[in-house]
Amino acid sequence: MLSRRIIPCLDVKDGKVVKGVRFRDHVVMGDIVDLALRYRDEGADELVFYDITASPQGRSAERGWVERVARVLDIPFCVAGGIRSVEGARAVLHAGADKISVNSPALECPELIDELAAVFGVQCVVVGVDSRRDADGEWRVRQYAGDPSKTVALSRRTLDWIVEAQHRGAGEIVLNCMDADGVRDGYDLAQLRAVRARCRVPLVASGGAGAPEHFLDAFALADVDGALAASVFHTGAIAIPDLKRWLHARGVCVRPPRTEPVTA
Amino acid sequence: MKVALIDGGGSNIGSLRYALQRLGVEAELTADAAAIRAAGRVLLPGVGAAAPAMARLRELGLVDVVRALTQPVLGVCLGMQLLCAHSEEGDVDCLGVIPAPVRRFADGKDLRVPQMGWNRLRPCTEHPLLRGIGEDDWAYFVHAYAVPVGPWTLATADYGGDYSAVIARGNFFGMQFHPERSAETGARLLRNFLSS
Repeated sequence: MLSRRIIPCLDVKDGKVVKGVRFRDHVVMGDIVDLALRYRDEGADELVFYDITASPQGRSAERGWVERVARVLDIPFCVAGGIRSVEGARAVLHAGADKISVNSPALECPELIDELAAVFGVQCVVVGVDSRRDADGEWRVRQYAGDPSKTVALSRRTLDWIVEAQHRGAGEIVLNCMDADGVRDGYDLAQLRAVRARCRVPLVASGGAGAPEHFLDAFALADVDGALAASVFHTGAIAIPDLKRWLHARGVCVRPPRTEPVTA
Repeated sequence: MKVALIDGGGSNIGSLRYALQRLGVEAELTADAAAIRAAGRVLLPGVGAAAPAMARLRELGLVDVVRALTQPVLGVCLGMQLLCAHSEEGDVDCLGVIPAPVRRFADGKDLRVPQMGWNRLRPCTEHPLLRGIGEDDWAYFVHAYAVPVGPWTLATADYGGDYSAVIARGNFFGMQFHPERSAETGARLLRNFLSS
């Protein structure tokens, strides 16, 4: 049986893992390889590296770190941020990433999804969607949501974009629910459920995790395939082995955390 | 012992090469028939679609070369499917060294295609390739097409029903998952293959 995935997200700036309010007050947390291996040892099922220097500056950041990660990491990882073309995606995939995630560039040019799927296969192509509920009750997508000063509210309905992205070749959708993001009050279950009903490819929940119950709710009530979180893992508020044992005891199928001691 | 990694253009070649390096093996990335024939172990990686991958092997003049190999050969993910008889993906004849069909997962309300994530391996026979692998071993799968269970099956996994996770016939072996991305379970399986 396929297990539900626990996915830590690491923000990368200039080849280091950072934390802080995005685009402000970054504190370097450590070396990207050290942190990747730490999460791997704790039983993370996959890692997402979000290159925060890449997209708002309109360039692909230096990707030497992708290869450094690929050499040592033996779980899958996805690179997000700043991928705007087939060539940019190729560089990241050939450096050893398993998947690439596109968000704002796919909104600028939806055909990018078709091109990426045709060249690399849908299994490599993740579409990230930033979404929030507008005053009229409709969920709509946001562009350049990584940088609050540049974020643009689009007229495109989230549910329409989800359907279009799959049709064009998205192999996985990561839905970042901005109203819930950073609040640690739980994933946006209503929105995730609505998207789930229209999503036939794997769906990953993002935004709002603050407690183990939130992961359980996302899996059990919104039927997502994976749950992504950043701060609760980085601060140590939730330890992945404990989270997995807790979920397993409540009937969620998860890959068990390793029991043997870690050897080099 | 020389290990050849067939360079058919798949994007997981780097990952597989790094996984072998972690086991202390420096594989030669090659599309050269003589180098492939001379290797003690051969790996056929692959990510993408069956028809273009077969076309690429044909273009490189490697179809008959791979078919005639007598040393242990391991196909990974799409590489495993290329070892089979025929794939529904692009309705293409494959290498045919393992007489299995490759079929698309049936899309359904509860079955998301592609399967993407960790699934549990269930060994169904004793085999040196599976040494040390039990029912608590999980592997990372990403695929939309699968090989049904048959005489070629060494281990299964369950995604809307059992399918082949590990297959073998003679000196040809296949793993549907990515051992290079399956943590210690994957490393053990690769080590078993190298010492098989």
